[in-house]
Amino acid sequence: MMHTTEAIYKYLRPDKKFPHVWCPGCGIGIVMGALVRAIEKTDLTKDEIVLVSGIGCSGRMSTYLDFNTLHTTHGRALTFATGIKLANPKLRVITVMGDGDATAIGGNHLIHACRRNIDITSIIINNNIYGMTGGQYSPTTPMARKASTAQYGSIENPFDICKLVEACGASFIARGTTFHAKMLDAMMLRALNHKGFSVVEAMAQCPVQYGRRNKLGTPMEMMQWFKDNSVSYPAFNKIPPDEVGDQFPVGVLVNREDTEYTDRYREIVKKAGGDVP
Amino acid sequence: MNKRNEVLLQGNEACAMGALAAGMRFFAGYPITPSTEIAEYLSTELPKLNGTFIQMEDEISSMGAIIGASLAGVKSMTATSGPGFSLMQENIGFASMAEVPCVVVNVMRGGPSTGMPTRPSQGDVMQSRWGTHGDHPIIVLCPKSVLECYTLTIRAFNLAEKYRTPVIVLIDGIIGHMWENIEIPPPFEVIDRAKPTVPPEWYHPYEILSGGEITPLIPFGQGYRYHVTGMVHDRSGFPTLVHDEVEQCLKSITNKIKNNLHDIIDIEEYLLEDADICVVAYGSVARSAREAVNQAREEGMKAGMLRPITMWPFPRFHLENIAGRVKTFVVPEMNLGQVYGEVLKSCPNKAVRVTRIDGELVTPDQIFSKMQEVLS
Ligand SMILES: Cc1ncc(C[n+]2csc(CCOP(=O)(O)OP(=O)(O)O)c2C)c(N)n1
Ligand code: SF4
Repeated sequence: MMHTTEAIYKYLRPDKKFPHVWCPGCGIGIVMGALVRAIEKTDLTKDEIVLVSGIGCSGRMSTYLDFNTLHTTHGRALTFATGIKLANPKLRVITVMGDGDATAIGGNHLIHACRRNIDITSIIINNNIYGMTGGQYSPTTPMARKASTAQYGSIENPFDICKLVEACGASFIARGTTFHAKMLDAMMLRALNHKGFSVVEAMAQCPVQYGRRNKLGTPMEMMQWFKDNSVSYPAFNKIPPDEVGDQFPVGVLVNREDTEYTDRYREIVKKAGGDVP
Repeated sequence: MNKRNEVLLQGNEACAMGALAAGMRFFAGYPITPSTEIAEYLSTELPKLNGTFIQMEDEISSMGAIIGASLAGVKSMTATSGPGFSLMQENIGFASMAEVPCVVVNVMRGGPSTGMPTRPSQGDVMQSRWGTHGDHPIIVLCPKSVLECYTLTIRAFNLAEKYRTPVIVLIDGIIGHMWENIEIPPPFEVIDRAKPTVPPEWYHPYEILSGGEITPLIPFGQGYRYHVTGMVHDRSGFPTLVHDEVEQCLKSITNKIKNNLHDIIDIEEYLLEDADICVVAYGSVARSAREAVNQAREEGMKAGMLRPITMWPFPRFHLENIAGRVKTFVVPEMNLGQVYGEVLKSCPNKAVRVTRIDGELVTPDQIFSKMQEVLS
């Protein structure tokens, strides 16, 4: 395995815009580490990778990594990514989005990218809150949790991101947490090697905007909570509903083969009489 | 003249054909009247040319997709009408800020809101200029005929590639849906974006070059890794809040247009040499205006017409020039006076308007009566 310092010099842009904007103890950096370690295990060159992000704390990841990087508008990362992938299917396109980014403002694009099964790897960093704008509730804020716009506790049913994208047709779906960093590396590697629309939901602590407001303790304690409450998919499905409580499933939920969008488009080109390269 | 090239075409179709002639190979769109024929035509033709057509889930995503495609090196376009154009605005701003070439066609219909889907208007002149937030310039072209739907779409791509900017083709519903026999012009100059001459380590995508040259944009995936953002950025594309860099970033997107007005602005002048009344008209209304000017001339009035072909940047200096010679400007429009306001800015107290917002074309008679009225 690559040495940390080496990896930093290979994948980060140390001469550019560091120090980064993330708060101490934030989970986004751990997710970035997992992504870099997964990419290192593929045979992709930096030039083949395009990293597209939305807007939010998570969206800033594109600034720091030395690929072709695109920091788009809030919620729209997948739309730009779709254009890139279709215009040049040889590029490996990865999107990084926050939970609000991906499922609120960008919810429509997410469900349609799943439906098309376009070959993009989507990392959704779920910190259950709008971090960058100061802790407003998001579509994944659990019921009764507090946010700056839910001072009495949220009254909205949260999305289960993995189930949402499963229903919409994503062909690879996994959920990990910042506690399970090694597992996250492995999930990302599998997602990157998957042909089709792949989603990795990375549960990440936001100690500053979510944790503090909900008295969830230190970043370490938040990660410990991930450890204590996560259950692997097959085991989770056996828990009787009234005993689930705070527990949530981690692992690979879906991994299936399905024709991919740019391949299907090549067939259209053939049908229309264009000469497929 | 080669008669074989003469074809009966609809404005929308001519626009789509012009785009293909300009080398456009990526279209993303969402159906909306009266622009839909553009998408329909391209969905058939693009695959034959190894190009890509995709019907996205809405106009926001269509605009995002064409920016992505352009960054991947393919000339790209979307087409829409009023409500869809509103949805595109945030990402049009992104393309301006990040300097990504692309073309947006807006076939105008009556508004506001869902308005009159099947009736034309010229109500989006100001939206095309000021629809996004913040300060940035924009290039907008206004065809008056089916032929110009073809030629101006090519020009839109040329300007987009040359100045690394989104360009809007603003067609009114009458022109978009009009059928005319046109002669497809022989292939003319098509500008493709320049390639950097420096090695990747030296490449800064937002460099300010001496002499006003515009830094080439190299597609993603060709070994020049760089960052693109809608945030205010430094010369290498990274977000900055350093005063000098902020000012430089924002001024450079304005200056590249401002310093090239002579190249960008195009107008049509008709019988203006000795005129003492000038009609300022564009799009379909310019055709009525030409009629009205002819009618006026027959009646012995010294009338002429100025037609902004480039609507934005507005041909202000041309107008000021003519203002020295004419008594007054008459501005007929299918809106309540959007260009009229702009004419007043250049020539205070010297303009009157003829407005029409019932979904019908301003007629030559309406314009002629106004001319009689102001000259009497
Ligand atoms: C169109 C638009 N609406 C709102 C915003 C403000 N905004 C910026 S980031 C953000 C939410 C970020 O939350 P999330 O996507 O969960 O990412 P996080 O910051 O938690 O990583 C919002 C609402 C925006 N930039 N653009
Ligand atoms: S606000 Fe939360 S998500 Fe954003 S950087 Fe700070 S800890 Fe991380």
